[in-house]
Amino acid sequence: MSKTDKNQFGFETRMIHAGTPPEPITGARQTPIFQNTSYVFHDADHAASLFNLQTFGFIYSRLTNPTVAALEERIASLENGRGATCCASGHAAQILAFFPFMEPGDAFIASNRLYGGSITQFGKTFKKFGWQVHFVDVDDPENVRQALTPNCKAIFVESLANPGGVVSDLETLADIAHEAGVPLIVDNTMATPYLCQPFEWGADLVVHSMTKFLSGNGTSVGGCVVDSGTFDWSQNDKFAGLTEPEPAYHGLRFYETFGDMAFTTHAHAVGLRDLGATLAPMNAFQTLLGVETLSLRMDRHCANALEVAHFLEGHDLVDWVSHAGLDSSPYRALAKKYLPGGAGAVFTFGVKGGYEMGVKVVESCELFSHLANIGDTRSLILHPASTTHRQLSDEQRTAAGAGPEVIRVSIGLETVGDLLADLDQALQLAAKSGKHAAE
Amino acid sequence: MAEELIYSDPQLRGILGRVRTIAMVGASPNWNRPSYFVMKYLLEKGYGVVPVNPRAAGQEILGIPCVATLAEVPGAIDMVDVFRAGEAAGAIVDEAIALRETKGIAVVWMQIGVRNDAAAARAEAAGIEVVMDHCPKIEYGRLNSELSWGGFNSRIISSRRRKVHIR
Repeated sequence: MSKTDKNQFGFETRMIHAGTPPEPITGARQTPIFQNTSYVFHDADHAASLFNLQTFGFIYSRLTNPTVAALEERIASLENGRGATCCASGHAAQILAFFPFMEPGDAFIASNRLYGGSITQFGKTFKKFGWQVHFVDVDDPENVRQALTPNCKAIFVESLANPGGVVSDLETLADIAHEAGVPLIVDNTMATPYLCQPFEWGADLVVHSMTKFLSGNGTSVGGCVVDSGTFDWSQNDKFAGLTEPEPAYHGLRFYETFGDMAFTTHAHAVGLRDLGATLAPMNAFQTLLGVETLSLRMDRHCANALEVAHFLEGHDLVDWVSHAGLDSSPYRALAKKYLPGGAGAVFTFGVKGGYEMGVKVVESCELFSHLANIGDTRSLILHPASTTHRQLSDEQRTAAGAGPEVIRVSIGLETVGDLLADLDQALQLAAKSGKHAAE
Repeated sequence: MAEELIYSDPQLRGILGRVRTIAMVGASPNWNRPSYFVMKYLLEKGYGVVPVNPRAAGQEILGIPCVATLAEVPGAIDMVDVFRAGEAAGAIVDEAIALRETKGIAVVWMQIGVRNDAAAARAEAAGIEVVMDHCPKIEYGRLNSELSWGGFNSRIISSRRRKVHIR
């Protein structure tokens, strides 16, 4: 990497151009969808060079594909990272992020306020790999320090937590991670690189569910791991997968051979090769299209969401609203620091009347779609306790901000007055039917 | 903290475009060593590469006889590529300066992790262009869109149609 031309172009320019120059053979300006599995070798020696990782090029689309690679470079550019590895989903990205350096018996620390699906993946499925997670309340950095163990390999948080309103103190957490000689991994899905730049605050790896705001239209499931390229994997003996000879590549040492490209090379050449969670080229194309308008959409998402949050905060049937853009939020200061462009468009609120009322409000919406996704152009609504966070215990649900009265909304790009009207009629209708039921 | 090394894309493009022959000091005959990767790649891209390594002198690396010193490299040397630790780089640079006239050495390139500011200053004073802590393979790949194939951030943005060369 030449360090000269760092940030030569602005965010919006990179959003449209990074990774996607004109296709040189045909001149096609939009990125071709390489709906293709395998790539012809020049000769046997070229094939050997590719399989030995001695040259750049494509072998088989389980590892790399030109359309997917274009998206990888674009996300890497927007995050100001060294490289990116796209994969089938956000959950796949989380496995790929840990896979290069985790061994059976290793542990990591994660925020107890993560998205419920992440808590289940880390707590249940990772356990089957022998990877142990320690969930802590990261609001108090002391909790993180106390949870550090000799076999701890990473700290994992969300920049802006799903379902809502919680902002992590990235700079402090990065300092704690680096004192312990481990990387800070940040899930930047809810904020996107437009609202938050985790590498600027010391994060080492970023993961995304691209399914959300990056693709933006609810068309494609996808994930991504971005490497900053700045973490020294050889500073201790914790990261043997990257520093010691790799038996599957005849004793190649990834960090010594590829330097700041080691993590991303490993994530493709070992991670995707053997875990197989590849992103389809069509999904990569849809996500590239989505990213082209990311800044415009995020500005509108945030503006609409803040207006809805203010409206709900003043509503008689609403108990509380958790949105880091509100003055009432305990995370307001952190949001100003880490999310200067807006505190996101996904947040939670508590309805008066608990679980039953929560379910009824969701079922009474006309314009909001009742489904389990976020980051769509459409406004979405969900009752986490009965859906996404159903697998968790009561304590875990409360810790994750998904108690019985909680409703999650992902605010879309519709006319904001229509959104306010729909939520108002749903709240009134639910309250009325609750009253009838009581009578 | 040493000053950050900054090389512009036009500078690197210029070096990699002008250079034809490279003496690779510290080239290894082991196929899974980084120097072997770089030598193989540069040969594939059409550069003449002569391995320089006293411990492998007399052997062939990738079909090319390895010599013990820069002075023993047959013919001209456009660029010396240093695959040795920063401390050892000083002596190599001094040898390159001594041979600058006879061999036509115009560039000394030190690999990733190799940096010797004092030696670089001596080389530049002698009219030799210096690049440190970078890899010619990675920079060649980056400037020709190949690095992007692996999902890396090339930091290059252009809407011009790239020429496709037929070798």
